[in-house]
Amino acid sequence: MGCVESMDYEIVLRDATFKESRDYIKKTYPEFRDVEPGFKVFDTHVIGLPPIAIGLDGDFVIFPFTKPCHGTFLLRVEDKEEAARLRKLKK
Amino acid sequence: MKLYQKSGMVKNVTGEPETQPATALLVLGCPQVPVQTSIALYLINRLKKTGIVPMVAGNKAANTLLVVADPDRHYLGEVMDLDRAVVMITDKKRDFDRCFVFIHNDAGITYAGTMSAISKARVYAIIYGEHYEDLVKQIDFPCTVIAAKAVHNPLPLKKAIDEVAPWAA
Repeated sequence: MGCVESMDYEIVLRDATFKESRDYIKKTYPEFRDVEPGFKVFDTHVIGLPPIAIGLDGDFVIFPFTKPCHGTFLLRVEDKEEAARLRKLKK
Repeated sequence: MKLYQKSGMVKNVTGEPETQPATALLVLGCPQVPVQTSIALYLINRLKKTGIVPMVAGNKAANTLLVVADPDRHYLGEVMDLDRAVVMITDKKRDFDRCFVFIHNDAGITYAGTMSAISKARVYAIIYGEHYEDLVKQIDFPCTVIAAKAVHNPLPLKKAIDEVAPWAA
């Protein structure tokens, strides 16, 4: 997921478990999509315990980002096209 | 060139069947718990002795600890960046017969769940560290759990691995 570092992202949640991150998305964002591990978001393959919740908030996409030494972060990135692509996925 | 690394029968250039060796992927976690590097080398050795070809995937620090410890590659075979390995398995360019995921934190659980979902490999969750019992409780996906309270001393985890003998399964 190398390109995440180059994105203009906001950290929504840090130092949470993956399951806490998933619960946060489902409680906070009325609009979300469940995807499987390895699904591409912003040309990166998301890591996680299935199902992985991806939040949608206007043109913003909220997704989990896990690194071995730093745990799971929830990142919020503005991208109109990616948000539109994700909205087309089945709920 | 054979990109798909699952073991089994394939045909060589003369059309005769050729047996591919079994393969194993070792997914390393953050190397902050000392036993990981020691147990990874031990496991690699045991796998190779039974003819299983191991590959290691970790972050830069975890991989470098192994590469520096084994400069002549007596034990290590292929070493790959963890994110790249996830991409290759997801894109079905490569897969393995066994997958050992080293777990001492929540990220390790997350990677093991990912491997269980994207790979056809038999997944082994190797759980260690101070809070290993809490981590064991979080496993809710198909895998074989090998767990011990091991932080600096690798012997309890080595014993747990020997009892399962995953190289023989």
